[in-house]
Amino acid sequence: MSRLRALLLAGLLTPAIAGAAEKGYPLQSANADVSNLASLQRGARNFVNYCLGCHSAKYMRYSQLAADLALTEDELQQNLMFTGERIYDTMDTAMPAEKARAWFGNAPPDLSLIVRSRGSDYVYTFLRSFYADPSRPTGVNNAVLPGTAMPHVLAGLQGLQQGRQEKTTGEDGKVSEHLVLAPGTPGELPAAAYDSFVRDTVAFLEYVAEPHKAKRLSLGVWVILFLLMFTAFSWFLYKEYWKDVK
Amino acid sequence: MAETDTAAAPAGGRLARLGAWIDARFPMSTLWKEHMSEYLAPVNFNFWYYFGSLALFVLALQIVTGIFLTMSYKPSAAEAFGSVEYIMRDVEWGWLIRYLHSTGASAFFIVVYLHMWRALIYGSHRKPRELLWIFGVLIYLALMAEAFFGYLLPWGNMSYWGAQVIVSLFGTFPLIGDSLVEWIRGDYFISDITLNRFFALHVVALPLVLIFLVVAHILALHEVGSSNPDGIDVKKLRAPDGTRLDSVAMHPYYTVKDLFGLSVFLVIFAAVVFFAPEMGGLFLEAPNFEPANPLLTPEHIAPVWYFTPYYAILRAVPAFAGTQVWGVLALFAAVLLLFFVPWLDRGAVRSIRYRGPIFKTALMLFAADFIMLGICGLKPAVQPYTTLSVIGTIYYFAFFLLMPWYTRIDSHKPEPARVRR
Repeated sequence: MSRLRALLLAGLLTPAIAGAAEKGYPLQSANADVSNLASLQRGARNFVNYCLGCHSAKYMRYSQLAADLALTEDELQQNLMFTGERIYDTMDTAMPAEKARAWFGNAPPDLSLIVRSRGSDYVYTFLRSFYADPSRPTGVNNAVLPGTAMPHVLAGLQGLQQGRQEKTTGEDGKVSEHLVLAPGTPGELPAAAYDSFVRDTVAFLEYVAEPHKAKRLSLGVWVILFLLMFTAFSWFLYKEYWKDVK
Repeated sequence: MAETDTAAAPAGGRLARLGAWIDARFPMSTLWKEHMSEYLAPVNFNFWYYFGSLALFVLALQIVTGIFLTMSYKPSAAEAFGSVEYIMRDVEWGWLIRYLHSTGASAFFIVVYLHMWRALIYGSHRKPRELLWIFGVLIYLALMAEAFFGYLLPWGNMSYWGAQVIVSLFGTFPLIGDSLVEWIRGDYFISDITLNRFFALHVVALPLVLIFLVVAHILALHEVGSSNPDGIDVKKLRAPDGTRLDSVAMHPYYTVKDLFGLSVFLVIFAAVVFFAPEMGGLFLEAPNFEPANPLLTPEHIAPVWYFTPYYAILRAVPAFAGTQVWGVLALFAAVLLLFFVPWLDRGAVRSIRYRGPIFKTALMLFAADFIMLGICGLKPAVQPYTTLSVIGTIYYFAFFLLMPWYTRIDSHKPEPARVRR
């Protein structure tokens, strides 16, 4: 009995909290383009160089990647694969989960489906929203996922942003406090270049989340066209049979 | 009949001779005639009559796609989630088979809800079709169980927590609650054991029950004959020579008409499968792309859309006398009331076309109410949804429980002698 109440309450109360957290930091639009092959290829390179060290994409096969990103086996092996991996392997991380748990407090999540579970805007905004926070063991915090265990792996590229609390008065007169990020120490990339770096990476993750999506969309057009034609024929067949019914 | 066919047929070709050979041993032609070529259906079926054959089609689709999914799916807590992704990525056309099955589940409920609505507006459940209606409600119950068991199988986080909430409902029963929940799960929590038994129920037990009930539903229908939008008894309409009036043979007339209905359905269905298989999170929810995690509750647990009207009813009933069992009882009562509709309805005529303003208003409000409850059940329990759920629940029960009264005092128009075209 009490368990059900707890569950229902969990269902009832957490949205309010979660909703508040979501309102706390607005997501920015990723504008990732999965049909842009060059963007996907750059994203794949970014992912392998910066993410795969800790995060796996364990449902994604290299061979599928080569086929979909128009890469030859050689190009794939030289640019995107670690030595010792075979083309039919999945994109596993070299970091053992137990060690990761010991180092970071929890294992970095698999990213195969991160865009389908959280959305591309979430991942895009997350990667742009690290800021300096000396109170954290990693020295950084994240506006989208406060208290994240992830260090700012891309700090070399983005630099380190500063966060400060700002007070605004809403239309209803309520004063609310929210986090504002501002450029701090600069990184290797100018802001626009960093954004497109993140955008490419998100586009790649969006592809990884559903590799057959492009095929689904292009095939769908033909299926619908066929079915519309079939509908026309079945309509005439129906009318032909029924014309004698009085 | 079979014997006369055998005597007359051998004049035909090889195929006719084969037919005669079978007919002498199995009632093939007899069954075909009885249920297709000589089964007479009213001539005036309209749009609402497509959904029976569509439900049959979706059942077949779910069985066929389900068989192919079973070939690659692994019913174990360690492998289930990964095996679904394996189907989505590595199995040839696996993504299509999976989307057909996941979209088919929702499509099943859509066509069944519209089919039930058809029965309500045209009084298809009224005497002599009460048993036909009861078989239908049993199919609906079996379908709900089938959908619930199937929903756990992808082993996503929403699968897990959805099952957790629904199984916990049984825990509200006094005294036996906790043992009952343990018995259902086969464990102290939703585990590998639960997944395995849900798999067995989803792929063997409930499909068998469903097929049996569908056969009974169709046999009952063909025994009493189909109703129609005018609600009059076309079986009694005879020409002077004794032939039936206002009726056409199921085959070819309604087979070609239903083929047209099916093709329109398929256009819409394919549009969802190919362009919006997640349906904005209604058919496939975002949290279900994360594996089941007993330590991480999703931000907002809601059942799949087709259960949400009942979920809203569950949440609308407050706990009192120290137990929440009332909400659960209300939920069960809400479904079980459907069985009694043929006897609750005391109207003088069947079809909405000839019924009075009270019933028409009550029924239209009921449709709006059911949809409103569905929306409330999807939302977190905040205002205005909590108040709307309470109002919706009260109306839901009032619609059924007051039906004997308001249908009796309601006026009606005279039924026509022949069906309207």
